[in-house]
Amino acid sequence: MARQEKKKDVVVIGLGWTGSILGIELAREGLEVLALERGPDRDTVPDFQYPKVIDELRFGIRYGFMQKPRNSTLTIRRSLDETALPYRVLGSFLPGDGVGGAGVHWNGQTWRPQAVEYRLRSYVEETFGKDIIPEDMNLQDWGVTAEELEPHLTRFEYLLGISGKAGNLNGSIVEGGNPFEAPRSKDYPLPPLAQTWDSVLFTDAARSMGYHPFPRPAANASAAYVNEYGMQLGPCNYCGFCERFGCLNYSKASPQTCVIDALKREPTFEYRVNSEVLRIEKAADGKTATGVTYFDEAAKEEVFQPADLVIVCAYSLHNVHLLLLSQIGAPYDPATGEGVVGRNYAYQVNGGTSLFFKDKIFNPFVGTGSSGVTIDDFSISQIDFGREGFIGGSYITAGHSGGRPIQQMSLPPGTASWGAEWKAAVGEWYGHGMSIGSHGSNMAYRDTCLDLDPTYKDRHGRPLMRMTFDWKPNDIRMNQFMGKMIDPIAKSLNPDILSSSYKKDGAKYDVRPYQTTHNVGGAVMGVDRKTSVVNRYLQSWDIHNVFVMGASAFPQNIQYNPTGAVGGLAYWAVEALRGDYLKNPRPLM
Amino acid sequence: MFPPSHTTRRRVLQGGAAGLALGHFGLPFHARAAEAPPLEEYRPTYLSGAAWAFVMAATARLIPSDGEGPGALEARVPVFIDLQLAGDFGAAADWYMEGPHDPAADPYLGYQSPLAPAEIYRQAIDVFDRWCQEQYGGSFAALSPEQQDEALGALEKNAAPTGAAVVHVGGGAPGDAGGVEGQPAPPMAPGAAPGGDTPPGATETGGGASGKTQPAAAQGGAGAGTPAQPAAAAAPAKEPVEAAILPPELRDFFRLLLQNTKEGYFADPMYGGNHGMQAWVYIGFPGARGSFTEWVNRPNEPYPLGPVSISGERA
Repeated sequence: MARQEKKKDVVVIGLGWTGSILGIELAREGLEVLALERGPDRDTVPDFQYPKVIDELRFGIRYGFMQKPRNSTLTIRRSLDETALPYRVLGSFLPGDGVGGAGVHWNGQTWRPQAVEYRLRSYVEETFGKDIIPEDMNLQDWGVTAEELEPHLTRFEYLLGISGKAGNLNGSIVEGGNPFEAPRSKDYPLPPLAQTWDSVLFTDAARSMGYHPFPRPAANASAAYVNEYGMQLGPCNYCGFCERFGCLNYSKASPQTCVIDALKREPTFEYRVNSEVLRIEKAADGKTATGVTYFDEAAKEEVFQPADLVIVCAYSLHNVHLLLLSQIGAPYDPATGEGVVGRNYAYQVNGGTSLFFKDKIFNPFVGTGSSGVTIDDFSISQIDFGREGFIGGSYITAGHSGGRPIQQMSLPPGTASWGAEWKAAVGEWYGHGMSIGSHGSNMAYRDTCLDLDPTYKDRHGRPLMRMTFDWKPNDIRMNQFMGKMIDPIAKSLNPDILSSSYKKDGAKYDVRPYQTTHNVGGAVMGVDRKTSVVNRYLQSWDIHNVFVMGASAFPQNIQYNPTGAVGGLAYWAVEALRGDYLKNPRPLM
Repeated sequence: MFPPSHTTRRRVLQGGAAGLALGHFGLPFHARAAEAPPLEEYRPTYLSGAAWAFVMAATARLIPSDGEGPGALEARVPVFIDLQLAGDFGAAADWYMEGPHDPAADPYLGYQSPLAPAEIYRQAIDVFDRWCQEQYGGSFAALSPEQQDEALGALEKNAAPTGAAVVHVGGGAPGDAGGVEGQPAPPMAPGAAPGGDTPPGATETGGGASGKTQPAAAQGGAGAGTPAQPAAAAAPAKEPVEAAILPPELRDFFRLLLQNTKEGYFADPMYGGNHGMQAWVYIGFPGARGSFTEWVNRPNEPYPLGPVSISGERA
């Protein structure tokens, strides 16, 4: 049967952002920590080296750093009565694999949720009345507040060397920052990045309309930086190969550039790659975990790894899958509303307006992941939900990240997709466009959820996870509202051609085009065990020595990119572990 | 850091001028280009004779040689496609291919064919060539450019052209193709948003419209997924089989062909296409230079340097 390895104090499942943070913090407590990573090892050298990494076909189009569906995927349906089919080819979202996880291939936008987003249900009820909440919307508070998370968000931003500008320092509004952000204790560690011309045009247009443009908080270093672990970043050179690529320049914050070399020097830390955890093992009494069973790809055998503490740090979807497979927490049943694991899956609601200018040359290949400019004037805290008829909000933003010709070729609407007209158009329009987008919240509903698929299996014979998800009228209305706010800004720039794309009434989820890798929920945090999988310290309600990190903890999706909150929550959980749990292991709530 | 340049993009784009203006950065691409055998002498790795003839003829219509910039043949796109089909892409090495399969499912649920791309090419070219034979009296490669464009348009819609007699190749009774919309072709693997998780941005690969033009909605940003399709596409896609040129398990063929053609046009030359980086020169993409700090905000100033490839080729 399974080989058994020597017991460890802690097993960390997945060596991405949260796995590397939990790993180093617990190793520095003197604990024997083992990280199990199902993918290969990766490091800047040799994996992200210039020039081989800036290969659009291999990494941008064939997804060289992403999870291969053959090894791991899920099934998707849009409603409870549809038959789910496998997500056979990557499209809508792109989970990473290997050391670093999605922290290798992200763009680096590092946001904090707005204060109201942590207590969204309470905010809506207090401000607009509970009657505006649609019956099937599972609106929830997080169980933690902006004030409680603030020091941990700051620590994460200083770990990553975020380039940005504060808008609210200890309650004082700072000109040029985001006036609608929650108060922060310190400015960002690095000044904002330089801005490309499209961002400058957007800034001027937005300001002239009375809005409050500010630079995006970016995990692309604007200057040399050394973080608390002694890891060093170099200034970004705007190579134009950020998202989907590892950074060739030690400029994009990633587990590799910010944590892992320091982590490898910890004497009590060990990691094993190509080691996929199949399930978390429970003690006979069902109250604690005894370790994990993983598949050792090199030996082609199952291994039981005993441990006192199991920290689940995989991608959000895989966290939920592992809990379902391990029968930790009651699985959610959308028919009855009972159960919690898989409840409240949510995504991200985005749209955009494209602008084309015959006489403007933008050099779009000059770019970095997260330079750009945003306004939060239509953010979740700034909208009268009662008047507008939806719950949610978006940031509105401009700033290109690259001009890679296969993926990022933007042509005016109506252009032929092939033939002489297409060929003429790529010559005429490449580099002559910009866009303004909206990036918005997504609420969770009774029937947006995750469970185990009855039909399809993975290569280990385990059931695939099944996603049930579709766009809902509330979120479609929010998206359409953003389009109405963006179009006047776009028109004020007098483009020759303008093209808008927002969700239409009745829009269905299409798994094919890339949308965003911001899959959240399913292992939600909270203070009520009837509606959450983990408590406010990310500790399993049922198995107290299992903690679950990541965006699977979000009860519904925030309007921002999730990584900032994911990192802040990781340090928040670290504090609870170090300061309390390790001294007296027990349910913390 | 870079020498000031008054060279316009258009001038840089013309191959000879590029070699002249940028020659001091290295050999002009013609030196490298000479190493490859003529396309006519290329011996395909995967594609058989008839399939190779089809890919040569079809890519020549998808990106024709006339007008400014290279065509698919000058860029050696067929070589790229042949090598991709012979490799991991052709074998669907990374994809989940376990059954059961429902290839006629709503296209919004993504690729559901039991066949890997290389097999789709092989079978679909055969079916389509027979369709062309019945429709026009010759295999695709033997048709006039006008007939080829019409046939490709029908293939894109996966339905016979309006008013044309329908030949049902897959068996079963012929139906009336007039006005029948085909399955919307899903956008191929790469996705919509430039900037990815940053919402703005139109991209060229979002479209799934039947017909040759991209609907305005297909130009969207990160949210392009849903609104990109015409309303009809939102309906469950059990299309009338009688009208389809290709059976459901082959319905992604045109989408694959078009996507692979554009990949071969714009990918690094190491993959066999984008010969001499001519497609990059044409649009003004500098390839693998990968360092642009001094160029972040220089409004309306054309970037003066030609491309480099990953192997160090210059053009």
